[in-house]
Amino acid sequence: MKYDFQAQLKRHGVELAPLAIDTLQVNITRLCNQQCRHCHVDASPARREMMSAEGIAKCLDILEEHPGIAKLDITGGAPELHPGFDGFVERAVALGKQVMVRHNLTVQLDGHPHTGESKEYLPAFFARNRVEVISSLPYYQQYFTDAQRGAGVFGKSVEAMRRLNAIGYGADWSGLVLNLVYNPVGPYLPAPQAALEADFRRELQAKFGLRFNGLYTMTNMPINRFRLHLEKTGQLEAYMEKLMAAFNPAAAEGVMCRSLISVGHDGRIYDCDFNQMLELSAVSRAGKPLSIFDFDFETALGRRIAFGEHCLGCTAGAGSSCGGATAKKMVTVTI
Amino acid sequence: MSSYYQSEDLKKFGEIGQHAKNLADDFFRYYGNVTGTDGALSRREKALIALAVSHAQKCPYCIDAYTTQCLETGANPDQMMEAVHVAAVMQAGITLVHSVQMQNHLNKLVL
Repeated sequence: MKYDFQAQLKRHGVELAPLAIDTLQVNITRLCNQQCRHCHVDASPARREMMSAEGIAKCLDILEEHPGIAKLDITGGAPELHPGFDGFVERAVALGKQVMVRHNLTVQLDGHPHTGESKEYLPAFFARNRVEVISSLPYYQQYFTDAQRGAGVFGKSVEAMRRLNAIGYGADWSGLVLNLVYNPVGPYLPAPQAALEADFRRELQAKFGLRFNGLYTMTNMPINRFRLHLEKTGQLEAYMEKLMAAFNPAAAEGVMCRSLISVGHDGRIYDCDFNQMLELSAVSRAGKPLSIFDFDFETALGRRIAFGEHCLGCTAGAGSSCGGATAKKMVTVTI
Repeated sequence: MSSYYQSEDLKKFGEIGQHAKNLADDFFRYYGNVTGTDGALSRREKALIALAVSHAQKCPYCIDAYTTQCLETGANPDQMMEAVHVAAVMQAGITLVHSVQMQNHLNKLVL
């Protein structure tokens, strides 16, 4: 194997076993009002996958039975397009869980791509449930944002942030958290998270009067739609070599698969959202694929994490996770 | 003769140490210390300077490398293009300021 992640771990003496399961990350639908060029989910208005009501109920049971799983991270697609989304959030909040929603901002204005149902209630709904909102905004300018996420997305994202700010998101006094996510708009690594966050804060405030709490930098994973783009443009090999060369053991130690499990719309369990999209199931030590429908905490915690070459994306440079960079120490690669 | 500049050749830069290795090692250490660290100038500022120099010196390898480096240090296309304009006006200015020499000589020659 040319880009052997496990050999890379071995070379650096890094062993990655699960440490905890403090977060249940649930992908409830692949339907999205957008069709971003880097999307590892291949989400779009054409997707139809939805988690069943039984699946959502089972996730809530797991959350209720395991106080140690303190966080619910709801993702998609645009998860707000799932008919059971509101109830899922409200019931998880009632269980005392910290609820995070991967909210693409534009769904507030676009509404449901099939039914036209309005989603303008979302800022008030999020605030009422004290949801932590995590939103992709690849840059503080239109050029990069629209290139990655589609024409007009930057303008709509600014308006959606304005509505979230108006209800208190991003303000110190409110305790309502709005975090932004930065992805490079091509096959290169993110700039240092702290420096980018300072740029975003200064520019969004100065040009649009917008506030947010933190910025997470994430690396583009060489899978699905982004991989296809790399293949078509002859850049895949160079990107994989870049990820390999920037391998950072300190970033590897903090990878998210050590502290969360990812649930697919069909209830199957994965080590992360990327493995989910590659259908690399999490399996027990006995080799049995894990599912929420026969969930056992100790079996899940004792699993061996499934790795592939795409994992190099999480361990390059300052590292990458759903919570941003994973290492303070950078690996610098120059010509 | 095949075309001279090949993108793939950039990866071979390190191989200049095949001969006179100690000098190559000195260079790469110096290069890494200057461009790869935040100092009085940030890595982003250094990348923008390097991008401007790459254009002034017309080095295709460096233009590719520092376009990427600018993005990886958080620069945006407006900043990158302004850096290239700095290189361009410096070159134009350098050409034009030499016309003072021309005028000096002209004044000497003309009755």
